[in-house]
Amino acid sequence: MDILAGKVKMTQQSVNTAMNPTDMLDRQIRLTARDVTVHYGAKQALHGISIDIPDRAVTSFIGPSGCGKSTFLRCINRMNDTIEGAKVGGTIKLDGEDIYDADLDVVELRARIGMVFQKPNPFPKSIYDNVAYGPKIHGLARSKTDLDEIVVSSLRKAGLFEEVKDRLNEPGTGLSGGQQQRLCIARAIAVSPEVILMDEPCSALDPIATAIIEELIDELRENYTIVIVTHSMQQAARVSQRTAFFHLGNLIEEGVTEDIFTNPVNKQTQDYIMGRIG
Amino acid sequence: MTDTTLPTNAAGNATRALVRKSLARRHRDEMLFRWAGILSIAAALGFVAILFGMILAKGMPSFWQSTLHVEAYFDPELIEGGPRPERQAGASEADYQKAISDWQRAVTLSNWNAIVDKAVRTAAPDFEIETRDLLKLVTSAARFQIRDLYFANPDLLGQTVPVTMLGSANTDNWLKGTIDRNQPDERQQLAVSTRQLADQLVANGAIRFDFAWHIFTNVDSRSAPASAGLAGAFMGSLYMMLIVIVLAVPIGVASAVYLEEFAPKNRWTDLIEVNINNLAAVPSIVFGLLGAAVFINYLGLPRSAPLVGGLVLTLMTLPTIIIATRSSLRAVAPSLRQAALGLGASHNQTVFHHVLPQTFPGILTATIIGVAQALGETAPLLLIGMSAFIANIPANPLDSATALPVQIYLWQGNENRNFFEARTSAAIIVLLGLMLLLNAIAIFLRTRLERRA
Repeated sequence: MDILAGKVKMTQQSVNTAMNPTDMLDRQIRLTARDVTVHYGAKQALHGISIDIPDRAVTSFIGPSGCGKSTFLRCINRMNDTIEGAKVGGTIKLDGEDIYDADLDVVELRARIGMVFQKPNPFPKSIYDNVAYGPKIHGLARSKTDLDEIVVSSLRKAGLFEEVKDRLNEPGTGLSGGQQQRLCIARAIAVSPEVILMDEPCSALDPIATAIIEELIDELRENYTIVIVTHSMQQAARVSQRTAFFHLGNLIEEGVTEDIFTNPVNKQTQDYIMGRIG
Repeated sequence: MTDTTLPTNAAGNATRALVRKSLARRHRDEMLFRWAGILSIAAALGFVAILFGMILAKGMPSFWQSTLHVEAYFDPELIEGGPRPERQAGASEADYQKAISDWQRAVTLSNWNAIVDKAVRTAAPDFEIETRDLLKLVTSAARFQIRDLYFANPDLLGQTVPVTMLGSANTDNWLKGTIDRNQPDERQQLAVSTRQLADQLVANGAIRFDFAWHIFTNVDSRSAPASAGLAGAFMGSLYMMLIVIVLAVPIGVASAVYLEEFAPKNRWTDLIEVNINNLAAVPSIVFGLLGAAVFINYLGLPRSAPLVGGLVLTLMTLPTIIIATRSSLRAVAPSLRQAALGLGASHNQTVFHHVLPQTFPGILTATIIGVAQALGETAPLLLIGMSAFIANIPANPLDSATALPVQIYLWQGNENRNFFEARTSAAIIVLLGLMLLLNAIAIFLRTRLERRA
């Protein structure tokens, strides 16, 4: 637990020093959502969400269960398309391009917007094949050496390489939970996405694995736009620069993380932060 | 802690007493259920043991059949036609062919029974018996067997060579005691002298119980039941199984993948799904009628052909494979699909790279169950003429043939009951052995696939 405490503390420090709230709004905006609604059949799950997500920063979505934060996350890479009866309205633009445009190929979109899921879900293949699969289907590697390079650098970026370098041919499902999740992150990175969506990436992990992943997220934000859904307010406070609070399918409040946690404008946000909704 | 529990102690004790009372009942229920389970499994195992015990006890002896080992003299006085004609210098091809066919005719019409008779007598020179009775000792095919030996090697003329001849079905019955030996003479199949000769030949070692390889190499026989074998039926079954595997697996898996992964969910696909489930419950004899109507009457395919049998069994097996494949597709974890889709794999790539490989063990199991079911199916084959008596090994799936279960059915109904009861059991042993082999292969493949996954 000492190690854990140390790690968390260190992360917090780095966030505190790196975060310059006034800086945040100057950053380029990567994703713009306007009036996004989602219906599952007759039930409306999201009521007009509008939000701007800045480049190379971590934006976290918080809120009680069923508030629509994961639903909104899945709109961003159109994973809701795969759900029977789901209907998405409004616009979401990535670098000014409407991602729900009829001409846009969803396969290409998902190559640009990677996703890490709640439960680690490596393919039942070797560690190498797990990471190599994305580059292979998208034709990113011109040769075997190219592919090897992508796999190694992705594993390195995900902080997993040193642990698995001697067993790249062993099944990815044989790793521990935290390692599996980092493998999934490496797999997502291997496609060189611009945005990485993370849907409660630590909810199935123990505290130490969680701390390692949080540290990794903090490193990754140097190069990627990261959106993370989390149940843990502490996690949101530790890893994100901006936080959005969802409640009952509405975006209640959104802003610089520090402001949301120390000085929320909205009463509902305040209640949630204080533990009165949840 | 103690402070808070003290005031409720009385109530706690009462609760505990109630729980303990219900606990006794629950334990009793559990024990009852366990014993019911153990009893039913014991009963099931008992019946299986009885079934296998009876089949083995009846069938195993028929794998060892009475075989006569004697010296046959190819007597030039009995074999007509003399030595095989050589081609004379200056003789025309036509003349030579005529000489050969005359010789063959003469040899064929020779009194081969007399040669068999003499050969058997060499084993018991002093035994007095009429030729008519003596010949009942061996199968009626014995004379053709000796004749074919001679055709294969005409130099045997005038020589004495050791030959083996199968004892007739009646001899086998007598020696194995399948017909009560204490029955009066008029109820015995063989004359008194034949029975005595058989006993004497066993005593002096001329009749031995050899392993009956011909059960695997011969086809069915009406005239010489003792030489009847399963080769024709086995080949028929093999062709049909190949046809079922080649047609039913790809079509079934493809339909299941399309219906489960690609087809829109609407009233039509619901209707198709309901009908596939219904098809699985259609009695097999109905499939036989369908096969007779469509494949034989309408498409004009030959009767009794394994091709038609295979097609009918394919129709029967398809629902099994489709249903099992669909349920294993449904059982694939959604997280796997999400992982692939989230990486930007297309729908096709997701299905074929990730989802389908997960279902291989399931598909394999379904295939084996389906094929084993097809292998044991009899009723539809009767309706497409595969119960005919076929005296040839089918050379291709269009030749007339029968199948193992049909052969069992035919032998079971044979008039030479005492002999064929044992043969039926022997055929059942072969069929069950084949099924066990199939299952063993399936389990082996499945564990290998699962270990790799």
